[in-house]
Amino acid sequence: MIVAEQKPLDEVYEFAKKYKKVLIMGCGTCVTVCMAGGEKEVGIVANQLRLKAKENGDDFVVDEHTITRQCDKEFFDEETARKIKAADAVVSMACGVGVQYSAEVFPDMLVYPGLNTKFFGTNVEQGVWAERCAGCGECVVGDFGGVCPISRCSKSIMNGPCGGSSDGTCEINPDVDCAWQLIYDRMDKLGKLDELEKNQPIKDWSTARDGGPRTVKRDDVKL
Amino acid sequence: MSDTELKSGSNLEKLLAKGEFVFTGELGPPKSADVELVKKKAEFLKGAVDAVNITDNQTAIVRMSSIAAGLIALQCGLEPVIQITCRDRNRLAMQADVLGAYALGLKNILCLSGDHQCFGNHPTAKNVYDIDSMQLISMLKQMRDDKKFACGDDIRQGKKGPVVEPKIFIGAAANPFGGPIAYRPIRLAKKVAAGADFIQTQCIYDMDRFKKWMQEVVKKGLHEKTAILAGITPLKSVRMAEYMRDNVAGMTVPDHLIERMKNAENPSEEGEKIAIEQVQEMKEIEGVKGVHFMAIEAEKTVKDFAKKAGLLPRPEV
Repeated sequence: MIVAEQKPLDEVYEFAKKYKKVLIMGCGTCVTVCMAGGEKEVGIVANQLRLKAKENGDDFVVDEHTITRQCDKEFFDEETARKIKAADAVVSMACGVGVQYSAEVFPDMLVYPGLNTKFFGTNVEQGVWAERCAGCGECVVGDFGGVCPISRCSKSIMNGPCGGSSDGTCEINPDVDCAWQLIYDRMDKLGKLDELEKNQPIKDWSTARDGGPRTVKRDDVKL
Repeated sequence: MSDTELKSGSNLEKLLAKGEFVFTGELGPPKSADVELVKKKAEFLKGAVDAVNITDNQTAIVRMSSIAAGLIALQCGLEPVIQITCRDRNRLAMQADVLGAYALGLKNILCLSGDHQCFGNHPTAKNVYDIDSMQLISMLKQMRDDKKFACGDDIRQGKKGPVVEPKIFIGAAANPFGGPIAYRPIRLAKKVAAGADFIQTQCIYDMDRFKKWMQEVVKKGLHEKTAILAGITPLKSVRMAEYMRDNVAGMTVPDHLIERMKNAENPSEEGEKIAIEQVQEMKEIEGVKGVHFMAIEAEKTVKDFAKKAGLLPRPEV
């Protein structure tokens, strides 16, 4: 899933107070699962803004609404359109994709991000999410026992580990696993250590963000 | 070996080819454009070492560029080893720098991953890591031996221009004590296969572990394909010994050395004594072709150390 975190309330408040009516719009997919921007969080943020407005004597109305996915047109239904149009501005509690897509669907509406989008990751334990994919456009995890060196090594080293790997952790922080220790352990377990003897060639980054903004086009599903 | 058979003709390569036990040093460029400081440091090292590594934004702190400081050192009569990290440059910048370094007469390049920028003075910087140190070694070898850029283009200006490839002596680093420990000799083998002509190791305190690593290296025959230079940094204090032990990835400083430092009247002198003993011991280890001496920010002590360790005068080629 796409993992995100809420922006500091003060930042959202500074935006919201400039308008008479603000809609806090949640997203029911990834950011609901990572407990950052679902219906529940929208309710909490909306209430915090209302309380703060009362405390500060600022006069604005906060409305709430959550849709299944802000990255898909079909979920922007009539009720959503009505709520958006009734507001002066929207704080989107979706990931960066949802924020932008909301603005694309409603080009006249000011949309402000309520979250900081972090990464593609997973929930490793209660309250902890960790990055697993950098979206490089050409998956290589098959060569590395199912562990991605691009997203999980601090230096994206394809022929690791660097000299900074110690006791299974990365030089940047003892709380960060060394991806190459994980790769080594997996390959060892799978009986494929010999595959780590081969030099991985220079990677083609043109499939990653380095190649410019990306699109996927599929003739087989085009109408 | 005649000059025509040499890959680069660098002083370092020639000495190794002659079978000399080489002694390399390190010169840290200043955190300013202070040319005089580079010259002063170069003067300290002149005649004391066979070649001198010019660090590249070491510990991710911005300094005068390795190539610029290297040229000054060259003009002062030293032979530089230009360090290039993968942290700050992509393949375009690296290849351009390699051509430029060679054009200026710099013949040795050491390929490094580089410390993560979070350790330095620009922790909010974006890092590059377009290629890794292994791929950098391969790229330099391809430039030198195949006379081609990473993209496959010939190293020439236009179709009729002469092919002028950078004849570089290629170095790489090795940390014998990093994790996973069993993989370290394999990773060295990868570097050798990629084209590393010489290896400079992380500084070594635990001689027993180093010897075990060297046994693996010799067993794989790597010592015959690359020249291994053992890293030595003298301990200056008990605090430094403990810091090295506790904070540097994979590094162990054996208890008996810490005890020696604690019991010493003058810990700095004791550290020097330990390092001199290490140099002698390194000479006896099969496959070790020299010592890489990293006197961190203490270039002025190198000549004295070399003298005490019986390493002077340095051989001529």
